[in-house]
Amino acid sequence: MSYTPPSDPVNKVTNKTIKISQLCELCHSRKAVIKRPKNLQKICKLCFFHVFETEIHNTIVTNNLFYKGERVAVGASGGKDSTVLAHMLKYLNEKYNYGIEIVLLSIDEGIVGYRDDSLATVKRNQQQYQLPLEIVSFKELYNWTMDEIVATAGIRNSCTYCGVFRRQALDRGAEKLGIHHVITGHNADDMAETVLMNILRGDVARLEKSTAIITKSKGSPIKRSKPFKYSYQKEIVLYAHFKKLDYFSTECTYAPEAFRGTAREFMKNLESVRPSCIIDIIQSGENLVLKQKKVHTNGQQNSNKVAGGFVDGNRCTKCGYLSSNDICKACILLEGLERNRPSITLDNDSSVDGAARVMRQLEHMSF
Amino acid sequence: MVKVKVEFLGGLDVIFNKERVHKVEVPQEDPVTLKDLLDYIIDNMIANKNDVPVFIENDTVRPGIITLINDTDWELEGELEYELQDGDIISFTSTLHGG
Repeated sequence: MSYTPPSDPVNKVTNKTIKISQLCELCHSRKAVIKRPKNLQKICKLCFFHVFETEIHNTIVTNNLFYKGERVAVGASGGKDSTVLAHMLKYLNEKYNYGIEIVLLSIDEGIVGYRDDSLATVKRNQQQYQLPLEIVSFKELYNWTMDEIVATAGIRNSCTYCGVFRRQALDRGAEKLGIHHVITGHNADDMAETVLMNILRGDVARLEKSTAIITKSKGSPIKRSKPFKYSYQKEIVLYAHFKKLDYFSTECTYAPEAFRGTAREFMKNLESVRPSCIIDIIQSGENLVLKQKKVHTNGQQNSNKVAGGFVDGNRCTKCGYLSSNDICKACILLEGLERNRPSITLDNDSSVDGAARVMRQLEHMSF
Repeated sequence: MVKVKVEFLGGLDVIFNKERVHKVEVPQEDPVTLKDLLDYIIDNMIANKNDVPVFIENDTVRPGIITLINDTDWELEGELEYELQDGDIISFTSTLHGG
């Protein structure tokens, strides 16, 4: 699959003259092409690039995301957010001399017809941006591909498995590279969705953590950061569109995460009424600080147990990965899977590949 | 009648026979508005009628899909009331997928 960039309609010469009200509100000289959701400002393409890049630079600097000489891994899926992220970090690193070394880190979940295509995009990105690329696969880490997991455990819980394993795989991949900082392309829309989801679920423990720009578990050598925390999805997509970045855009073959889907739809509808709501929700999320619960000191209680039931710095007794319980989530899931693994397999059995696609086709069938 | 180019990006092409770029002639007396184009797309271009809600919600483009008229945000061009001209490029980009 190769990349065909979208068309580039040059400002068409029409007999219509541009009205003053159509001019960019920043430079007052070019035609505005975008209305910023954040503040409803109408600006031209060049001013948009400048403002958008500068805002991300400011987020990076004010939060001290990097130090000189740091090696960082960009979680690259080939999708719009991570593609813009890789492009942006490389650009800003050169422009403002952060002095960081960027590596692309991709996870191959083993989803035929989806991840193989998006990995092809990442490989093209690697060429386009001249950055090193490391691919870590579920198969080598867990001896399961997502296709096999879905064939065994069904499609319903696919996102649970994928989410748990991918999170861990990113850390393991970074560790393999000797990198202690993973950067992800989570944007403002994702943030706001997560805040809403945690409120709707009543997940108090996660609510406070969910808006942090840098997250790090106690005892973990790896920190994570989200430089796009305040960047609107719309602007990220338009940036990619105007810059003609090569990104992959297909929904995962396995049913999109249902609950997040609901929250996303809700958010999109809110946004169409009042675009600033996304940043407002993040702001609210940041300011929601819970009163510290009284820690009961019965002697039995673990001393580093904090309100909400998280135990930080604990390790899984099976794999040694950080875990809030004795056995980490991934190991619990794996155990369940192993119990259900078919004991006999057919040679050259390809029915597992793309099981989701078959499911999807079946869903669309009607009598 | 007006001849325009319509692009379905960001994965939207799946409901248009996986074709990203379409040349469209809207057979209608001038002026042809963007609303007319949407109606034309719904009636003639979406292969499977069950897919219409992927593209349209409440008689307009579904929230989360970015509409550009000649690379300009449609919000700056009058949205549904925009009058199409020959050679216009209208692009619809979905943002409703993972990143």
